[in-house]
Amino acid sequence: MLRTRLPTLPPGARSRAALGLTAAAALGRFELQQCADCGAVQYPPREACHRCLSVRLPWKKQSGEGELLTQTVLHHSNDLFFRERLPWRLGLVRLDCGPTVVAHLHESVKKRVSVRAMLDRAGQAVLAAAPEKEAVNMAEDRQLREFTCDPKFRKVLVTDGKTAVGQALIRSFIEAKADLIWVGHAEPWKKFPGFDEIAKLPQVTLLPLDVTDSKSVREVAAEIGGKVDILVNNAEFHRAFGIANRAGVETARSEMDVNYFGLLRLAQEFAPVMRARGADGQSSAVAWVNLLSIYALANFPAHGTFSASKAAAHSLAQCLRAEMRPAGVRVINAFPGPIDDEWNQLTPPPKLAPDALAKSVLRALQDGIEDLYPGDVAQEWLERWRDNPKALERELSA
Amino acid sequence: MTVLNELVSALGAGKIRVVDLTQTLSPEFPHISLPPEMGQAWPFRIEEVSRYDERGPAWYWNNFSCGEHTGTHFDAPVHWVSGKDLPNNAVDTIPPANFVGPACVIDCTKESAKDADFLLTKDFILKWEKQHGKIPPKAWVLMRTDWSKRSGDAAAYQNYDETGQHTPGPDVEAVKFLVAERDILGFGTESIGTDAGQAYHLRPPYPCHYFMHGAGRYGLQCLSNLDQLPPTGAVVFAAPLKIRNGSGSPLRVLALTEKQ
Repeated sequence: MLRTRLPTLPPGARSRAALGLTAAAALGRFELQQCADCGAVQYPPREACHRCLSVRLPWKKQSGEGELLTQTVLHHSNDLFFRERLPWRLGLVRLDCGPTVVAHLHESVKKRVSVRAMLDRAGQAVLAAAPEKEAVNMAEDRQLREFTCDPKFRKVLVTDGKTAVGQALIRSFIEAKADLIWVGHAEPWKKFPGFDEIAKLPQVTLLPLDVTDSKSVREVAAEIGGKVDILVNNAEFHRAFGIANRAGVETARSEMDVNYFGLLRLAQEFAPVMRARGADGQSSAVAWVNLLSIYALANFPAHGTFSASKAAAHSLAQCLRAEMRPAGVRVINAFPGPIDDEWNQLTPPPKLAPDALAKSVLRALQDGIEDLYPGDVAQEWLERWRDNPKALERELSA
Repeated sequence: MTVLNELVSALGAGKIRVVDLTQTLSPEFPHISLPPEMGQAWPFRIEEVSRYDERGPAWYWNNFSCGEHTGTHFDAPVHWVSGKDLPNNAVDTIPPANFVGPACVIDCTKESAKDADFLLTKDFILKWEKQHGKIPPKAWVLMRTDWSKRSGDAAAYQNYDETGQHTPGPDVEAVKFLVAERDILGFGTESIGTDAGQAYHLRPPYPCHYFMHGAGRYGLQCLSNLDQLPPTGAVVFAAPLKIRNGSGSPLRVLALTEKQ
């Protein structure tokens, strides 16, 4: 019997300036500081421009294309994380936009490369170089796999298989060659379209799971918690009411019970055992995905109490992220706009198809994205919110 | 010897048996489900406060939550719109004498096994009376279906399909007859609801709720162990929690039966 290895993390300390790279990488973007006065692009991030000493250094999107100048293979490291993963290939890349950077190298890089910022197991941005103009699978590269959470060969729990989103997630995990998928379903007496077909899929195992019932969550965690590599919490309670157009607190309480306390119950039961398996071989516990909402960022009054429950869940997910990070288990938050389902029936298009949402979640796992804003509505709200949260509040209340 | 003394010694001598007609409250026990846009009753939920641990070193206790109509429960007349203006129509104001009464158990087991939508009719009741005697006033009429034996399988207990729920219950004439001509205290069933699963399609919808509560009578549902009661001769104790203006409550329903 071999001891399960304890998770180790690559160096995680960053200056506040350097966290700008992490903030962009969390969204799957490659951004560097670009001086607003002289236009110089710089790396590593600093407090002032290396050329003109200006402190006006906004983060700007960069292409990441460049040339591999030189490379080396580490055969020794005193850092515990890299020591366990030797040999490790690194290189110096001169980016077309100016700076020369140290990057982790994909096994098939030659002269021209495309550099991107990816989150490592410590949750911090590092630079990775892949061959330019070539679609590469990060998850199949021995080194870059460390920065992804690919579901291939992994065991996945989807907490609610009765919704269209849940079923789309299950199908996309099957396409991505997940080893097996546990599917939670509450209130077993209720029939839902598509559920019987999902139940027949050979990769699927059904489990009674109701996130409003602590006992149910505890029992499912006891049964399978030690095997779950990716947990996707898509259990959601959504009714479209503000404060004034629904009397009483019952509906709002149900939203909190599923959307907020459901996450808390799952986190208390599943997170400890997933943390213990953060380095459990090739298919370790690797990711936790929360289905939040773009309304978590700013309240959409027509769905006011739902927005509040998602804001609460978002806050709790940040706590979970902090608690999972020491084990290298990534917490991915999805912030979709309105989904094309029965609770958004009266919302005009564009609405996000459940299938599109599932594909985005898959891509986030494969590309190492931590905050996911799938669809046009979510993207637009995100930009407006980043630009001026107060203005968005006013626009949404109009 | 007084009546109560006789009762106590008969209980002590095992001549009278206490039968528990109650389902165990648990999170898995199926609960009433309405269309999702409507308000919903809370299912039974339980959270541990402490268990001889750092949250309370020497004691174990839980907080629980549920709706008034959860598990084995009592329906007061105020539960239905037809009973909303009656005097003493809530669980806290019902005269306590009404919580104790004789039970008439009508066995519909075979019929319900054959047809989940079985409706108990006036004729069926009259046939039962020919065999067991006339239903006395102020009696609980309990419809035995053995539906309680399905309670380990929530889907079978609820018995939903695309057209809704399929569980047995009384028809319109039977309910009117029991209220007007037999002056019963209330009607009890083993399934969720004193009305049949498809009773929304009867006229009026949910006749047992409509007429029973409209006449100030009560309901008991999710009963169990009715198979341990004789057709007549048992006494039922069914006292709901004293919730101010409560429309019902979960409760422990007990029956006394004489050993043959």
